[in-house]
Amino acid sequence: MIVQELIFYAFSLVMVFAAVAVVTVRNPVYAVLFLVLAFFSAAAIWMLLEAEFLAIILMVVYVGAVMVLFLFVVMMLDINLVPLKEGFIRYLPVAALVAVAMAVELLMVLWSRGRFGAEMFPLPAPHSADYSNTRELGELLYSNYLLPFEVAGVVLLVAILAAVALTLRTRPGIRTQNPSVQVRTRRDESVRLVKMKSEKPREA
Amino acid sequence: MLTLAHFLTLGAILFSLSVAGIFINRKNIIILLMCIELMLLAVNMNFVAFSRFLGNLDGQIFVFFILTVAAAEAGIGLAILVVLFRNRQTINVAELDDLKG
Repeated sequence: MIVQELIFYAFSLVMVFAAVAVVTVRNPVYAVLFLVLAFFSAAAIWMLLEAEFLAIILMVVYVGAVMVLFLFVVMMLDINLVPLKEGFIRYLPVAALVAVAMAVELLMVLWSRGRFGAEMFPLPAPHSADYSNTRELGELLYSNYLLPFEVAGVVLLVAILAAVALTLRTRPGIRTQNPSVQVRTRRDESVRLVKMKSEKPREA
Repeated sequence: MLTLAHFLTLGAILFSLSVAGIFINRKNIIILLMCIELMLLAVNMNFVAFSRFLGNLDGQIFVFFILTVAAAEAGIGLAILVVLFRNRQTINVAELDDLKG
């Protein structure tokens, strides 16, 4: 039990530190890397909550794909950082005020009268060793949530098409292959049969 | 003894931090997108915690779909960002005032 608490507090501290760093560091590349750290800590805490599949998905899909995409875009754009940071000090007090007020309100709701304490929500017994979180999620996903699952696939397809359509540009004056012309070509356009007499090879 | 309140507190702190991030980084679209990702992570944390303590896997299914939509959103958002930078050579929100809003 005490080990779980230690793990929780350690990863929570790392996560909060990483979140603070994401919103305060000057360089966006460092911000992306701290966001990766925050996701990693979140995956560890989800592991503690026995959501193993989602923890792996968070690492593989989120850190491996989405965050790398962020990093790629941040490094590709040649941004002048100075004007982007102006107003940082000016908005800091109001941002701190809003954040602290929001956090205090949420915490007052969470901790008052033991609403979410151990009496109302006792910790369930841990699952046995042969329990498969992935299997359970898969059974639920392919039965009760089949339609949302298919819709999620359509959403991803639309996202692919939108991203390609937005960033695709055709520059004039570039020599490229035209696949439709290549496919449409006929034999008599490219092959010419020539009648000629057979020739004797020259004597050496 | 870890209770549900511990995990919800972590989510609440994370959410508040990302709201503060949106306030102080209001010039930089990339950081704004990252703050939104952080917010979604805070929400997902609550879903997973409730799923564990209520013994109901539906919360994890919700996280699955939130991750899907967030990935689509990040992809399209970054594509728009690239097109914006190509056309305007800036990602400063203050200079993007074509709509006169």
